[in-house]
Amino acid sequence: MSVWEYANPRRFMAVSGRLLPWVAGAAALLCATGIVWGLFFTPEDFRMGHSVKIIYIHVPSAFVAINAWFMMLVASLIWLIRRHHVSALAARAAAPIGLVMTVVALLTGAIWGKPMWGTYWAWDPRLTAFLILGLFYLGYIALWSAIEAQDAAADLTSILCLVGTVFAVLSRYAAQFWNQGLHQGASLSLDAEENIADVFWLPLVLAIAGFTLLFLALVLLRTRTEIRRRRLHSLSLKARLA
Amino acid sequence: MDVTVTDLTCRRGEAIVLEGVSFVLPPGRALALRGPNGAGKTTLLRTLAGLTPPVAGTMPDPERAAYAAHADGLKAQLTIGENLAFWAAIFGTGRAEIEKAAMAFDLGPLHGRLAAELSAGQKRRAGLARLLVTGRPLWLLDEPTVSLDRAAVDRFARVMRAHLDAGGSAILATHIDLGIEADELDVTVFVAKSDATLRDPFAEAVE
Amino acid sequence: MNALLLRDLRLAIRAGGGFGLGLAFFLILATLVPLAVGPRPDLLAPVAPGILWLGALLACLLSLDRIFALDAEDGSLDLLAMAPLPLEGVATTKALAHWITTGLPLALAAGPLSLLLFLSASALPWLILALLVGTPALSWLGTFGAALTVGLRRGSLLLSLLVLPLYIPTLVFGAEVVRRGAAGLPVATPLALLAAITLGCVALLPFATAAALRVNLR
Repeated sequence: MSVWEYANPRRFMAVSGRLLPWVAGAAALLCATGIVWGLFFTPEDFRMGHSVKIIYIHVPSAFVAINAWFMMLVASLIWLIRRHHVSALAARAAAPIGLVMTVVALLTGAIWGKPMWGTYWAWDPRLTAFLILGLFYLGYIALWSAIEAQDAAADLTSILCLVGTVFAVLSRYAAQFWNQGLHQGASLSLDAEENIADVFWLPLVLAIAGFTLLFLALVLLRTRTEIRRRRLHSLSLKARLA
Repeated sequence: MDVTVTDLTCRRGEAIVLEGVSFVLPPGRALALRGPNGAGKTTLLRTLAGLTPPVAGTMPDPERAAYAAHADGLKAQLTIGENLAFWAAIFGTGRAEIEKAAMAFDLGPLHGRLAAELSAGQKRRAGLARLLVTGRPLWLLDEPTVSLDRAAVDRFARVMRAHLDAGGSAILATHIDLGIEADELDVTVFVAKSDATLRDPFAEAVE
Repeated sequence: MNALLLRDLRLAIRAGGGFGLGLAFFLILATLVPLAVGPRPDLLAPVAPGILWLGALLACLLSLDRIFALDAEDGSLDLLAMAPLPLEGVATTKALAHWITTGLPLALAAGPLSLLLFLSASALPWLILALLVGTPALSWLGTFGAALTVGLRRGSLLLSLLVLPLYIPTLVFGAEVVRRGAAGLPVATPLALLAAITLGCVALLPFATAAALRVNLR
């Protein structure tokens, strides 16, 4: 059986409905384990003290924020090439989750930044890139909600997603380049993974896996909502025309 | 070459407006679309012009068609001469067509005037002259005589007749009798069910 | 394509065409910044490259919503879509016309305006060069954004939201060229990256623009 079978809306609704509780349950379990383990059963970092523990929210949310965009890119490509409606709506469903994850990553970063760097915000290349990623999410969501005709909206947002990906990646490197430019390089690195010890590592991996499953569960749930919303749109269009 | 349309389904936005439109129009003939406002005459013309892709069915290559609708496609800040010369260049025709078009619609005196300075009827004439400038055989006309006076309507009818005599064809939606012998097509015959929309991909998925 | 380019240029310079509005905006911005920040050269000179680039970018943004909206209003866009000219060609020509009427004059006007902001003389050639190399990317990206929003009423605010994030790499590398020029550092790397972005935009974006136009026409 081809994987495209799942793009059949009816099949998708059936399978996702059955899958959703399991994915959500696994996400809750992994998130809880990772975060509780991380927060209460790991030693304090000798340099960063207690504040290091925000890493168990910060890194997973950042991970999901970036990968949500790539999921949208793949879903947009599938829509443009194979015209699977579920795919277009999955991309639409993922965008607000990605935006929220971006905001969470920025907020936890700010909370962590204050005790560590003495400031909530620094124009560190990574922070900058995340702020820019948030802008791309905003534009994408705004375009979706601005267009009435659903297939046209799916087409235009997919094209925007393609072009946006190129420029989001470019912006990432531009931000890196820009802060190594004339300015002093960032004296503090956000590269948490680099110097992370084994004790911190396992709960972090669990938390990342948990957040990824959480993302998956939310995308499934929101895609189902979008499918119903789209159906509602069609029905109200019919009612208007009749 | 005949204009052959078979089983054409036309949409406007997400709504299906016409279904199963079929007709054959031999060269040298005009086809008048009949039907009340909102019946789908404009939608059919836009589909035949290649502006809205048909949902189903076959139709002639839009590359053969020239389209004149409510908007004249004239730039207000350009003179009539400049406007026509622009469309001639875009459609790859030349000075001969421009002169023919200007002559046919009596645009000589308006040649150097800005489109912004003209009356609606004068602009309309320039917009119709554009049809000749394109050099295309199939004219798609949406209410071509709006804001034209009696003399201009007669002039337009003469141009139409010349176009048809030269082997061209025309499909027009109009309420005025141009005095041209035309086939008639009642679009109300093809009007889709009042609540027809593009196929909803989720119709079976969500009851 | 020549005919379309000439028509757009002619429209821009005729009355009501909006040519010069961008320039005037650029001038006003260069006047307002010192009024807001203070007249001291030691304050203005370091931010001058950024202000001038930002001014050019915003001035560019002002005229974007006219690129396709006016043609859509008077029916010209429908007729252009029917013409033998491919829509990719229309997109390229529109972007080129936009650049000639906004980007190019902005690059030329940046010289005198840089005096108002005390940009160091050594950076001036780099400013003009960076604007000449970078502003085409702004026009091509803007044309793409205009094509995405052509079907929408009041699309111009959305247009800014869509286009400004896309402008970030150009802004970063463009301003970096000028900043390095002012400091007497080598500018080859950011200049090459800026040129690469412009070339990529010119080569590839018309396809995305034409695809968006096709969706919006139907």
